[in-house]
Amino acid sequence: MDTLLVPPDAMQRRPGPLWLLAEVTYRCPLHCAFCYNPVDFAQAGPELSTDDWLKVIREARALGAAQFGISGGEPLLRDDIEILVREARGLGFYTNLITSGVGLTEARLAALKDAGLDHIQLSFQDATREANDLITNTRTFDLKRKVAAMTKAAGYPTVINCVLHRTNIDHLDRIIEMAVEIGAEYLELANTQYHGWAFLNREALMPTAAQLAEAEAVTERWKARLGKKMRILFVTPDYQSKKPKKCMNGWGEVFLSVTPDGLALPCHTARMLPGLEFPNVRDHGIDWIWHDSPLFNRFRGTAWLPETCQSCEDKDKDHGGCRCQAFMLTGDPSATDPVCPKSPDHGLIDAALAEAEKPGTVHPLVFRDPKNSTRLARPF
Amino acid sequence: MNPARPAINRLFRFQWEPAQQAHVLLYPEGMVKLNQSAGEILKRCDGARTVSQIVADLEAAFNASGLAPEVEAFLEMADAQNWITWNTD
Repeated sequence: MDTLLVPPDAMQRRPGPLWLLAEVTYRCPLHCAFCYNPVDFAQAGPELSTDDWLKVIREARALGAAQFGISGGEPLLRDDIEILVREARGLGFYTNLITSGVGLTEARLAALKDAGLDHIQLSFQDATREANDLITNTRTFDLKRKVAAMTKAAGYPTVINCVLHRTNIDHLDRIIEMAVEIGAEYLELANTQYHGWAFLNREALMPTAAQLAEAEAVTERWKARLGKKMRILFVTPDYQSKKPKKCMNGWGEVFLSVTPDGLALPCHTARMLPGLEFPNVRDHGIDWIWHDSPLFNRFRGTAWLPETCQSCEDKDKDHGGCRCQAFMLTGDPSATDPVCPKSPDHGLIDAALAEAEKPGTVHPLVFRDPKNSTRLARPF
Repeated sequence: MNPARPAINRLFRFQWEPAQQAHVLLYPEGMVKLNQSAGEILKRCDGARTVSQIVADLEAAFNASGLAPEVEAFLEMADAQNWITWNTD
């Protein structure tokens, strides 16, 4: 019998990752003030080589990962993503390029398609040129529309992601209308999650409760009108929903992210957490990283949860929420996520929401660029 | 008789996944793990076969009869989930 050949411990091992996210570079032509990348990205080490990435792809696939996302920064700034896509697709991964579209030429698109790229997710920042260019601190709006038409002509479904925040959420009607005009099949409206640069710019980005309610109403109207023609996903913000989310579907349960400089992370923002050692894919195999590394076991399951969560009936549903949010708000990465009303620190969320309601305060945006990153990484 | 021929929606990719020991539908950032009957039905949704051809094919392959209601119910659900589209030309 075949099963006798399988060592007993292998039969009881937890499943491998399902999703590999390759953040191939922190370089980016955009300077979005809501970027979730680490504020100190300018301090990151040298980028992985093509061969390093190929090794990561093969090892993750061998563990059963089926989703391969390429993100960044702007992944198109690397000239080897065609090679990575070809390898991943050949191994059976579903390959997804997450891009701002900047740098996607006809030739590049043809090469990616030939390599077997399954899917392109294009980010839009707003529906009007002025607002798009303001929040990204660039002039990219016309280019994005051109890229959307180009990918559609190449036979890709048009999937648009737009991050919502205080300065664009009032344009939502126009944003959805634009997605319809472009012929999008799918529109993700992701309210800003306050990580990285977005946390730094939280006061400037946080919408009021009224703005958010109106946005949800607008979305519902369009959903009813469009039906299956264009799917809209409205991701409610943690702060307002007051529901902690099971971070990445559980720490070390399905998701594996690798940073440009090779750190393997259970969530794409985890490198901000203090007191943890992040294994580098240059030094360790994915199998060890996933199953045995202290990092991936640190917040796995629910045994580590603080007291507030241990006695809570929802602990299996939310695992205490987002570790990064807990750390950013309380300084303790193992605290209950303060967005939970049961958290002893929930007052911090109410205070942030109250701040958003104050009229007349203007907060300048800090744009995500290497200069600001270097400046902010300095202690003094 | 319905002349329309179901095909996998191009938003999804259908494949056998060894780690899951199951057919799956892959889509951006997600995966639907299919049970055996769902996998066998979708395997035959190639845009060329009609529903009755799919039923006949399954009945022959699994030496069964009267599968039409089950297949039709599944395809109705798959359609609602957007997993399939219909070729009519």
